[in-house]
Amino acid sequence: MRWINSRPGSGMRLALSLSPFLVVLAAYVAGSVIRLSANPNDKLLPGFAGFADAINRLVFIPDGRSGQYVLWTDTIASLERLFAGIAIATLLALVIGMLIGMLPYMRALLAPFVAAVSMVPPLALLPILFIVMGLGEASKIALIAIGVTPIMIRDLALTATSLPREQIIKAETLGGSSWQIALRVVLPQILPRLIDTLRLQLGPAWLFLIAAEAISSEAGLGYRIFLVRRYLAMDVIFPYVAWITLLAVGTDFLLNRARVAVFPWSELEKNQ
Amino acid sequence: MSALTIKNVWKEYGDQIVLENISLDIEDRAFVALVGPSGCGKTTFLRMLLGQERPTRGDILIDGVPLPPEPGPDRGVVFQRYSVFPHLTVLGNVLIGKEMMAARYAARLFGKARQDAVEEATALIREVGLGHALNKYPAQLSGGMQQRLALAQALIMKPKVLLLDEPFGALDPGIRAEIHTLMKRLWHENPMTVVMVTHDMREAFTLATRVIAFERLRDRPEEKLRYGATISRDIAIWPPRKAGQASLIRPDRDGPVKKGQ
Repeated sequence: MRWINSRPGSGMRLALSLSPFLVVLAAYVAGSVIRLSANPNDKLLPGFAGFADAINRLVFIPDGRSGQYVLWTDTIASLERLFAGIAIATLLALVIGMLIGMLPYMRALLAPFVAAVSMVPPLALLPILFIVMGLGEASKIALIAIGVTPIMIRDLALTATSLPREQIIKAETLGGSSWQIALRVVLPQILPRLIDTLRLQLGPAWLFLIAAEAISSEAGLGYRIFLVRRYLAMDVIFPYVAWITLLAVGTDFLLNRARVAVFPWSELEKNQ
Repeated sequence: MSALTIKNVWKEYGDQIVLENISLDIEDRAFVALVGPSGCGKTTFLRMLLGQERPTRGDILIDGVPLPPEPGPDRGVVFQRYSVFPHLTVLGNVLIGKEMMAARYAARLFGKARQDAVEEATALIREVGLGHALNKYPAQLSGGMQQRLALAQALIMKPKVLLLDEPFGALDPGIRAEIHTLMKRLWHENPMTVVMVTHDMREAFTLATRVIAFERLRDRPEEKLRYGATISRDIAIWPPRKAGQASLIRPDRDGPVKKGQ
């Protein structure tokens, strides 16, 4: 049988999907054991006991100076920034994307501009944002929004333009005005794509968040990682990275489930 | 009334002449089938009737009034594909026309108005044979069922003219025969004129009152650009088919006709 036609069974699939994780974990443990046996105080690859100790300190014991649970304070601070930035980006992308996708005049006005803006490296704008908006929350949220909005706009505009022309014509013969067609035909059909495009932009959004927090902040997951970097505190950095990954994967999973639950037809169309 | 008058219509794309000097009168309640080889401009002609494209020269009148330059609720359409909205259920697909006509901003109906619209839509859906699938999405329907849905969706608007662009071309023969019977009944029962583009001669002669062939009369390579297609045959079906009447000679030829139509 050809390789392109042989498929794994469900047990095999589970084993295969877990194995890369296990390989990475095993490689780490091996490296850690080797280094710790040479120098029990090695900080680069701490063992699991070191992790447990650090996690316990960050999660369950209030900080001696501020009295706060460090991980939770950082998580809340970061998620607030992330979701504020993503919410602004989503709203802008939806409105501008639909305008570009549906109205030839708006397309002529905005499409080239958005295409150009999306090529500006957002991190290069970070100093400008800090200068103009100060070092507070606004500049960090703005960086996330600026970073992900243009690409989301282009993606949604593309989705709106690629709706079959027949559907729009049909809606016109059913008496729809531009507004009604936007509301009842285009919007519902690009919302599933909006969720997908959001999922794809979660990675960049986290990147911009951590970059902004690394430079100036008083709390936040990115702030903490860059703070403890000075002490080579890998026992803190590794759990933080794992926690960020878990948060991102969880958001991605929830968004996808929400799409299937709210727009059941989008899953049916995919399977056709 | 819904008579169509086409006067000296030309359609050109840049240098390419697609249709040349088409003149045609389509009487009220006619069922016209447009046939012809691929690329002869029959779909372009249908799009001009729809308002999706405009003639380069000439006029198209509906009941003596020039056609609006964009599609509207007086002309319904069924395409071969993408005619129904994938994000709406069968009921939602038929309801949406009513909702957009009645509610200018919300494009949705509520309460009693919605109840009435749902009843009307449900009756129409039953009539096209989809009564069992009210809450299914198009992706869950077969091709034939999707086209039945597209017909119901167009008919709830009570259009003056129904335009069909190879609507049954992708269906297998058994399903096609069934939907032909439905199409005849709908034409008998609804006060509309039908213009249908088709590749299938048998379909054209089964359904239409009149079969019109488009053809490029000059089709040598050096002539292709500068000569478009024109009407080469205009065949009235005999014995004549009349909307709402059984055929005189073979009463069952045109499908069952309700009394008093």
